[in-house]
Amino acid sequence: MANNNIGPKRLVVGAHYGLRDWLAQRMTAIVMAVYTLILLTTFLTGSNFSYEGWAGMFAQQWFKIATFVAFLSLFYHAWVGMREILMDYAKPAGFRLSLQVATIVWLVGCAGWAAQILWRA
Amino acid sequence: MSEAAKKSRPEFRNINALKDLPRYRWPMASLVSGAHRISGLLLVLLLPLILYLLEKSLTSEISFEYFKGFTSTWFVKLLILVVAWGYLQHFCSGIRHLIMDTHVGLDKDSARKSAASVFAVTLALTALVALKLFGVL
Repeated sequence: MANNNIGPKRLVVGAHYGLRDWLAQRMTAIVMAVYTLILLTTFLTGSNFSYEGWAGMFAQQWFKIATFVAFLSLFYHAWVGMREILMDYAKPAGFRLSLQVATIVWLVGCAGWAAQILWRA
Repeated sequence: MSEAAKKSRPEFRNINALKDLPRYRWPMASLVSGAHRISGLLLVLLLPLILYLLEKSLTSEISFEYFKGFTSTWFVKLLILVVAWGYLQHFCSGIRHLIMDTHVGLDKDSARKSAASVFAVTLALTALVALKLFGVL
């Protein structure tokens, strides 16, 4: 049992590869939707759009963390989605792999930038 | 199934984006699915713009003034409108996904209706954003 599952005989279904992504996609989506509502209500119930109001909103630690959690959800969500698109349309495999690597670099870069924006002195 | 019926149905395996996608029949529900992918891809590609705007709007009062000037040009407004459309489209069709995950509205009729409502709501809200952006509202 242990060793007849390797190489070309490897079972490619049933290991919950799809379920994990599916669930992560839903959970990250809910996090972002909730954040969107928080952002909208905080913004719309505040005074008109000024630097003090806007930057003051992002000066609170809880809001920075909420924003960062939403961004991290976005990056994970975007990775699953981009991988899905690339698996469907990007061929051959080498081309797809390069684009997947580019996607990861793109998203990790954006994550670093987001952290820097939120916690700059 | 008879041999004739079998032959008349096109099979799509190993999708070629350029050759196969235009040959698809695109009912309402699959248009929403396609729009979900396109808007998602667009948002990923426009992430740097979103982060740039956030950075300029937050860094200092000087950068905030710069942000205001930067976003007052028509081209940047257009890009922001694209982001707004992408976000709204992705948000609305995403909500539809979440609802359908609970086994609600899976039959053909309600799926078509919910797909149409996704487009209706998205386009209405996008129009609102456009009016606000270009200063009519």
